[in-house]
Amino acid sequence: MSAALLPKPQMRRLLARRMKFHLLGAFVLSMGCATLYKFGIAEPRKRAYAEFYKSYDPMKDFEAMERAGVLECAPPK
Amino acid sequence: MLASRVFNLVGRRSISTSLCLRAHGHAGVVKAEDYTLPAYVDRRDVPLPEVAFVRNLSAQQQALKEKEKASWSALSVDEKVQLYRIKFNETYAEMNKGTNEWKTILGGALFFLGLTGVILIWQKHFMYAPIPHTFSEEWLSAQTKRMLDMRVNPVEGISAQWDFDKNEWKK
Repeated sequence: MSAALLPKPQMRRLLARRMKFHLLGAFVLSMGCATLYKFGIAEPRKRAYAEFYKSYDPMKDFEAMERAGVLECAPPK
Repeated sequence: MLASRVFNLVGRRSISTSLCLRAHGHAGVVKAEDYTLPAYVDRRDVPLPEVAFVRNLSAQQQALKEKEKASWSALSVDEKVQLYRIKFNETYAEMNKGTNEWKTILGGALFFLGLTGVILIWQKHFMYAPIPHTFSEEWLSAQTKRMLDMRVNPVEGISAQWDFDKNEWKK
């Protein structure tokens, strides 16, 4: 038998400690995932669409497609 | 007495079960099966099992148990360890010790994955028909050109990667 006793383990509020840890972790992880998605995927996509439509000329695109011959309604001359 | 009550409940069908036969031999008292008695178990969440590990003590162990009834400071370290081993099978450290099972599992899983790969390669080589002509280089390049002509996915997709003025992929 060893002369020194082991330190007394925590006896009370075990569930409270576990809940605090997991609630905090869940909150941080979920908010983190949401933030990462918003600023990594959603915002760039919105910017890409805004940029595209800023200088978009539909008639130019239509004529290009007509010349390429992919439109049934407007065959190339 | 219990056996005769059971007899009345189920009718005359189960007369020939072995327990009933044994009961008739012992004047109505059925011997308790091993699995019905309290058992010893090595589990982390059961710190004090219902029975001691060693059930039938040898003479030397019984003498030790008698000595245990006196003052415990008279016991040597070896005797204390012996008493522990009478009561418990493994220490918590031994119980919680990891095994090398994961190596077997990983090896087996990888082996069967490899075997599946061999089967798939054999199938592709010996069994399957040739792939459709629409996967040839010429067809794929004509297909891509048509997609670009139609301006498919111009914002973030394929037409956004093509430089229409220089007629090449964007760097």
